[in-house]
Amino acid sequence: MLSYILKRLAIAIPTLLLLIIISFVLMHSAPGGPFTAERELPPQVLANLNEKYGLSDPLWMQVGNYVWGIVTAFDFGPSFVYKDRTVNEIIAQGFPITLTYGLLSFAIAVLVGVSLGVAAATRHNSPLDYAAVGVSIGAQVLPNFVMAPILVLIFTLWLRWLPGGGWQGPEYWIMPVIALSTSFMASIARITRSSMLEVLTSNHIRTARAKGLPERKVILRHALKPAMLPVISYLGPAFVAMITGSVVVDIYFSTGGIGKAFVDSALNRDYAVMMGVTILVGALTIFFNLVVDILYGWIDPKIRY
Amino acid sequence: MAMTSEQAVEATALAGKGRSPWADARRRFFRNKAAMVGLAILAFVALFAVFGDFLSQWSNEELDYNVMGQIAQEGGPSIENGHYFGTDDLGRDLFARTVQGTQISLAVGLVGALIACVVGTLYGAVAGYVGGRTDNIMMRIVDIFMAIPYMFVLILLLVMYGRSITILFAGVGLISWMEMARIVRGQTLTIKGREFVEAARATGVSAPVIILRHIVPNLLGVIAVYATLLVPLMILTESFISFLGLGVQEPLTSLGALISEGAGTIAYGTTWQLGFPLLFFCLTLFGLFFVGDGLRDALDPKDR
Amino acid sequence: MSLLQIDNLSVTFDGEDGPVHAVNDLSLAIDRGETLGIVGESGSGKSQTAFSIMGLLAPNGRTDGSVRFDGQELLGAKPKDLNKIRAKRIAMIFQDPMTSLNPYMRISNQMTEVLTLHQGLSKKEALAESVRMLDAVKIPAAKERVNLFPHEFSGGMRQRVMIAMSLLCQPDLLIADEPTTALDVTVQAQIMDLLGDLQRDFGMATILITHDLGVVAGFCERVLVMYGGRVMEEGPTEPLFAEPTHPYTRGLLAAVPRVDDVDAAMKAIPGNPPNMAAPPEGCPFRPRCGFAGEDCRVMPPLSPFAQGRARACHRPIAEVTA
Repeated sequence: MLSYILKRLAIAIPTLLLLIIISFVLMHSAPGGPFTAERELPPQVLANLNEKYGLSDPLWMQVGNYVWGIVTAFDFGPSFVYKDRTVNEIIAQGFPITLTYGLLSFAIAVLVGVSLGVAAATRHNSPLDYAAVGVSIGAQVLPNFVMAPILVLIFTLWLRWLPGGGWQGPEYWIMPVIALSTSFMASIARITRSSMLEVLTSNHIRTARAKGLPERKVILRHALKPAMLPVISYLGPAFVAMITGSVVVDIYFSTGGIGKAFVDSALNRDYAVMMGVTILVGALTIFFNLVVDILYGWIDPKIRY
Repeated sequence: MAMTSEQAVEATALAGKGRSPWADARRRFFRNKAAMVGLAILAFVALFAVFGDFLSQWSNEELDYNVMGQIAQEGGPSIENGHYFGTDDLGRDLFARTVQGTQISLAVGLVGALIACVVGTLYGAVAGYVGGRTDNIMMRIVDIFMAIPYMFVLILLLVMYGRSITILFAGVGLISWMEMARIVRGQTLTIKGREFVEAARATGVSAPVIILRHIVPNLLGVIAVYATLLVPLMILTESFISFLGLGVQEPLTSLGALISEGAGTIAYGTTWQLGFPLLFFCLTLFGLFFVGDGLRDALDPKDR
Repeated sequence: MSLLQIDNLSVTFDGEDGPVHAVNDLSLAIDRGETLGIVGESGSGKSQTAFSIMGLLAPNGRTDGSVRFDGQELLGAKPKDLNKIRAKRIAMIFQDPMTSLNPYMRISNQMTEVLTLHQGLSKKEALAESVRMLDAVKIPAAKERVNLFPHEFSGGMRQRVMIAMSLLCQPDLLIADEPTTALDVTVQAQIMDLLGDLQRDFGMATILITHDLGVVAGFCERVLVMYGGRVMEEGPTEPLFAEPTHPYTRGLLAAVPRVDDVDAAMKAIPGNPPNMAAPPEGCPFRPRCGFAGEDCRVMPPLSPFAQGRARACHRPIAEVTA
């Protein structure tokens, strides 16, 4: 198991370095960027940049400085727009918010999705099964940017139950979480259902039944683990898509997470912040994929060694 | 070898013989009710996109000064003034704009899927066919690419190099070729061992020719399935970017951009501005998902 | 009273193109400690018979008739009541040891759960008992290997594990469904020897389901020959093999290659097994039978003709054996 994890890490670390280097080179060569001197930068910002990167140094040294700063001090450098703010400060402001509703959405999507899928599969061809399939097909075409306005229309404008935006307490969490989790919940339910149905026809489930185990134990002890394998492989891409979706949530519900920082900096060309967010998200993705790989190895003994 | 197997397959398919795998798949596909419903929905959306302009009383850029300033009261859907879907907040005809948005969204979906298919298929076929260390390195690269948060990089590119529709098309396509490459590689590995490929290799046919003439045609079924499932994903990606206001630029529009406008104005009571683009967006995705699922059930080699 | 008494069992599956009759009007009885072989080609309904005893039919399967175990009706019994019998009183060994063990669970957990469930043993006692049982099926270093996963065993070893698992509660009846089919020939013989020894030691009644006549001859006291979901002939093993009285049994035995007579041509039965979605009218063997006549369009009853023997054929014995 340890060598398996080390092997995964051996892929994860270079990936992250590569992402950082590509991002920096992109930023460096972008037309209108701070490094091309096409745009007038406030002198203070330029001074910050010079101090951080050494603008007269060759490119590889600047890359080195940038990577070194991130790796050793988690320092993404100064902002390109605000003379007295660093990228870290800008990101740190929104990150806890993104983390809060992101984790909530993720947990709800997985818990509800898996339960719905298992319930549908174990009651195959029952009304519950049909309802679950119907809901998950319908929710497939309801991505976050479709869910968000629909939710506001219903719960804020028509029913006047929930605040339409902001981040001041748990009632402000509800719509962002629903908007973000719905389509993933549906996909997870679909994947769980079909994989559970397949597992339930396998020979070792028949053996478990022949042992006289009650159906509940057959499902929980014998069928759930293998049925989760396709779900777990889906969690990696789902996680990325959810982080991406948080941008919409931040914009539409004014929740103020890192998605807001990203879009704001996109609109006023603060490449340093964009880069910082991109690398942060990339690092989270890589870390999460590592967790998924380890989970996979934990469930399936055949790939563990 | 007088006839390669894919030619044989094609020949029987053309002759309409009931036994070929393609005919079998066609029969299974047309029996699938959900896929048929999806096909009907898609046909409707396609007709709307292609011929909608002829039905429209207004162009997508004209401002209707009669409703301007009182959109919530006067701008609703109406047969009389020719705004079948109402107008947007500037007084532009929403019907014409929805037609255009559907056109652009479908185009982005198709072009994006096409790019993803071509790049993914060639990459995967080469990796699978060459095999060995090359394969190993090529697939490692795919692994690395898959860990990159593409939506962020794409937005970064759009901001840095200007929001051109070309970058959008290419960017959306380049997001999704990796999954395709993996699938194609897996299939190539199995096809590589078949007799007709070995026969071709034994007679001295060069590797690029074998890949293009013998391997890729045999992958068409798999490619078709994943391409159909890619189109809605491409549309989703484009709509997402447009929703953030970073996609296509005025006067061009897409369903995502229209939904964004509609979502921004619902507080003023102009729900039609959200409703109609949303309807066509959902219909398009529904149709594509149903057809894609149907194709997969009919063609997926796993079930054969 | 017999240990297991099956009367007029029918198994039907609702297929896409109408019902499929897998088992028709089957009756059999087995006493305590007895060994019964059920022989037939694939699709003859022998495995489905076993599954309906255990209540393990696929969800689209329906049963008719009666299966009584120790006086208790099993068909249509509540899952709760069935679960008290499964593994505890009737255990089953499946055909494919590669897939019949749970690949995601350690052998130890797969075995101990049977004991904690049915015998109320503690985890520790159950583990000790499991190791003892693995020793009994001659798995070397059982104490260490009990903690392995199934994929770390060879095919033959996996089937030994499967056998050990089925005997944990010392059942009254063991159903072995093609226990050696998926194994190498040399391993097959070892497993059958082991089963024979265990059967003598534990004294449980055993139903051995197989298409391999050699296996039956060495193991079973009594044989039931099935074809097309129906019993064609039954009787004590020795006389049945010495003088088969049903055209199908005769064909089956003639088709076995003989080592002691190399020159004798192997006689395959002409034709193919029936399509159970559209079975032939009357006797299912009629289309392939050299003795068939118009009267065979009506299924002959299974009629006794000698001590413990019965056959389902319209032709007189003399005509068939001549």
